[in-house]
Amino acid sequence: MPQPLGVVLIFSSWNFPFTLALDPLIGAISAGNTVLLKPSDLAPACISFLVETIPKYLDNKAIKVVAGGADIGERLLQLKWDKIFYTGSPRVGRLVMAAAAKHLTPVTLELGGKCPAIVDTLSTTPSKAKVTAKRIVGGKWGPCNGQACIAIDYLLVEEKLASALIELLKKTIKRFYGENIKSLKSISRIVNEHQFQRLVNLLKDPNVADSIVYGGSVDEEKLVIEPTILLDPPLDSEIMSEEIFGPLLPIITLKNIEESINFINSKSNPLVIYAFTEDETFKKRILSETSSGTVTFNDSMVQFLCDSLPFGGVGQSGFGRYHGKYSFDTFSHEKSILHRGFYPEIEPRYPPWTDFKLLFIKLAYEFDYFGLILLLLWFKRS
Amino acid sequence: MLMENKAENKAVFDAESAKEVVKELRDSFVTGKTKSHRWRVTQLKAMLKMLDENEPQIVAALRDDLSKPEFESSLYEIQMLKNSCRLALKEMNHWMMPEKAKTSLTTFPSSAEIVSEPLGVVLVISAWNYPFLLSLDPVVGAISAGNAIVLKPSEMAPASSSLIAKLVADYLDSSCIKVVEGAVPETSALLEQKWDKILYTGNGRVARIVMAAAAKHLTPVVLELGGKSPVIVDSNINLKVATRRIIAGKWGCNNGQACISPDYIITTKDYATKLVDSFKCELERFYGKDPLESKDLSRIVNSNHFDRLSKLMDEEKVSSKIVHGGQRNEKNLQIAPTIFLDVPVNSLIMKEEIFGPLLPIITVDKVEQSFDLIHSSGGKPLAAYLFTNNKKLKCKFVETVSAGGLVVNDTAVHLAIHSLPFGGVGESGMGSNHGKFSFDAFSHKKAVLYRGFAGDAFLRYPPYTPGKLTLLQALLSGSIVGIIRALLGWFWA
Repeated sequence: MPQPLGVVLIFSSWNFPFTLALDPLIGAISAGNTVLLKPSDLAPACISFLVETIPKYLDNKAIKVVAGGADIGERLLQLKWDKIFYTGSPRVGRLVMAAAAKHLTPVTLELGGKCPAIVDTLSTTPSKAKVTAKRIVGGKWGPCNGQACIAIDYLLVEEKLASALIELLKKTIKRFYGENIKSLKSISRIVNEHQFQRLVNLLKDPNVADSIVYGGSVDEEKLVIEPTILLDPPLDSEIMSEEIFGPLLPIITLKNIEESINFINSKSNPLVIYAFTEDETFKKRILSETSSGTVTFNDSMVQFLCDSLPFGGVGQSGFGRYHGKYSFDTFSHEKSILHRGFYPEIEPRYPPWTDFKLLFIKLAYEFDYFGLILLLLWFKRS
Repeated sequence: MLMENKAENKAVFDAESAKEVVKELRDSFVTGKTKSHRWRVTQLKAMLKMLDENEPQIVAALRDDLSKPEFESSLYEIQMLKNSCRLALKEMNHWMMPEKAKTSLTTFPSSAEIVSEPLGVVLVISAWNYPFLLSLDPVVGAISAGNAIVLKPSEMAPASSSLIAKLVADYLDSSCIKVVEGAVPETSALLEQKWDKILYTGNGRVARIVMAAAAKHLTPVVLELGGKSPVIVDSNINLKVATRRIIAGKWGCNNGQACISPDYIITTKDYATKLVDSFKCELERFYGKDPLESKDLSRIVNSNHFDRLSKLMDEEKVSSKIVHGGQRNEKNLQIAPTIFLDVPVNSLIMKEEIFGPLLPIITVDKVEQSFDLIHSSGGKPLAAYLFTNNKKLKCKFVETVSAGGLVVNDTAVHLAIHSLPFGGVGESGMGSNHGKFSFDAFSHKKAVLYRGFAGDAFLRYPPYTPGKLTLLQALLSGSIVGIIRALLGWFWA
């Protein structure tokens, strides 16, 4: 029997301030809990909206929103909650879990990782290649300009197909977002100065800067970085070891696309692995030889919309899951209930224990009815 | 190397040793060995063989550590384990199969499934009261889910710990399943490492340490803890059967040293005397006039716990409330079944989990008041029990009492039901295991979405227009009417 856990705390992130706040909230409400929502202070207009509007529509004795920065977050974490749901970075995820440990509070951590996209469909048909490119571009710069936990972080493609891929991507980017940084449209900007600098610094390494094959322009005043593609930046550079969370797309080339499995396994488990391929054997290998929260074949992002699929990470990309019924479950305690009658009574259960009783119970446990009958008829002795 | 804890030549198991163990297991895991169905089956069959061939030794070790009666060892440690293995062997194929997931218009055309995969290298830390069951049952779950495992049995049951280490090394695949014996230093060394899951059975204090250590590596945990499991006893019941079942769940389970043992009883003032008399009668029938002579009661595990329990018994205002029992033998670490009537609610015996053969009975005027009492006692327990024939009371119990698991008209037996998740809530723990729940606890449920290239929805791509937005919103809502309206709007615009 599902039961609400009680009073729950939800931390949400700044990149999808409404979805990541209200989606868990829906789960918590449907499971019958009272909720404190603490949205990220990096999206101040959204927070103000939530703070003002939620009390107008929801029961503010049971559902509250609190605005504030990391200090408020820390103070909240010192209190005892029945569940904490956190969406954000692994670094803060550790702090949340450590604080929860003091009260034995269960947590769900929705973190991130470097979500790779394996590209193996360029040599199928031109239309499939085009669709692949559209879905890659839509899956990289579509979600908050790459600032999303499930955005494509980098691509893996066979060497010989790299230039074809880059051409397709360039065309698609221009069509979707504009010719250059001045005419950029239909795309988010970088959230703040700090993140902007972080991303710009990823490109400072001269070896990384040299690998830029498209884009690279930035506008600090407007906090805009245009869609940028890099070809084979050094594998030990920061852009290839940290989650990018921005509009920079490295393409890593391989001799053989099957090597992508080892490449992905050399990094920590991502939230999603995207694989554009029609090779059924390869699909099976990807499924069984890699580990990620989700695997999506031949598309990007849409798994988020599929409510019958659990959404969550594994390893460094987090644990716990939600969406659809999984949200309800995540905020519930599944209480087991056993009803017994007073009859029949099994005497051998009770002391003083004898060899007979021991044998009886053993046989009963193994559903050895024949043995039980023999025992009862005194034909079987221990 | 790691299991040599002999006095003369103690190989210290420190963080370095722990690191090596994890590395070895990770290397084994990466080869895919543990993922294969065949490996899992071989290990589970080997465990069954291990239990079959070593029953006398297991019973002897438990007698050494806890003076556990053969009946309890056989039933709760060996039989239950064997059943777990058999269930896993029978159902594993089914558990391992991907689960189809429904897809909707939103992602049409697509197909989806959920695939179970092993988490990787897992750590099982077990407790001293059911040393075999609490060590090996989680191991059965971890094996069936395809993981590599380190088991750390409790040092407070040394004969069992060393027998487990020997048997696991002899029967199971030691490149993938290892036992590390030891106490706090060894456990700390293990906890510093990065695991893919930790399952801990024990108390709340150490559980906090385990979870804090796990937080450093973002390791998910299952914590099987305890609590004060209350028993509400209503009137108008079959008192004899109820009493016997409470006795079986309390003193019949390691002499009260079990996480789901009835901790205290709540009954009405009117019924209390009848209840106490019934206890006296049945306790004598079960354990004789002098329970300290009975072979059917475990002893207290060690002198620390003996002292702890003595303190609870001797507290002023509590010791005077003994209505039955109270006999002790410090040398043999024995305490007889002892019943208290109406101890103060703020006494130690009513504040901490007893974990021993002491049973306080608290009386209330009306049986419905028991719910308030349970609620006000703080922490949610691992189990809660009710004996009644009153349907309304049963409903209220099930709806309002929050605990890991509830049993009506019996005690402790829900442990044996594999279709019920066994686990706590709040202070009594998080996560669950037993049966398929163990398999799930040690698995990652990977979501998989298959999409094709047909029918690419241009609506999702920029440049974004209001028309596209309306149509997409309609599509996402799944409402046919909405979609038609949006389409008409689109074509007319």
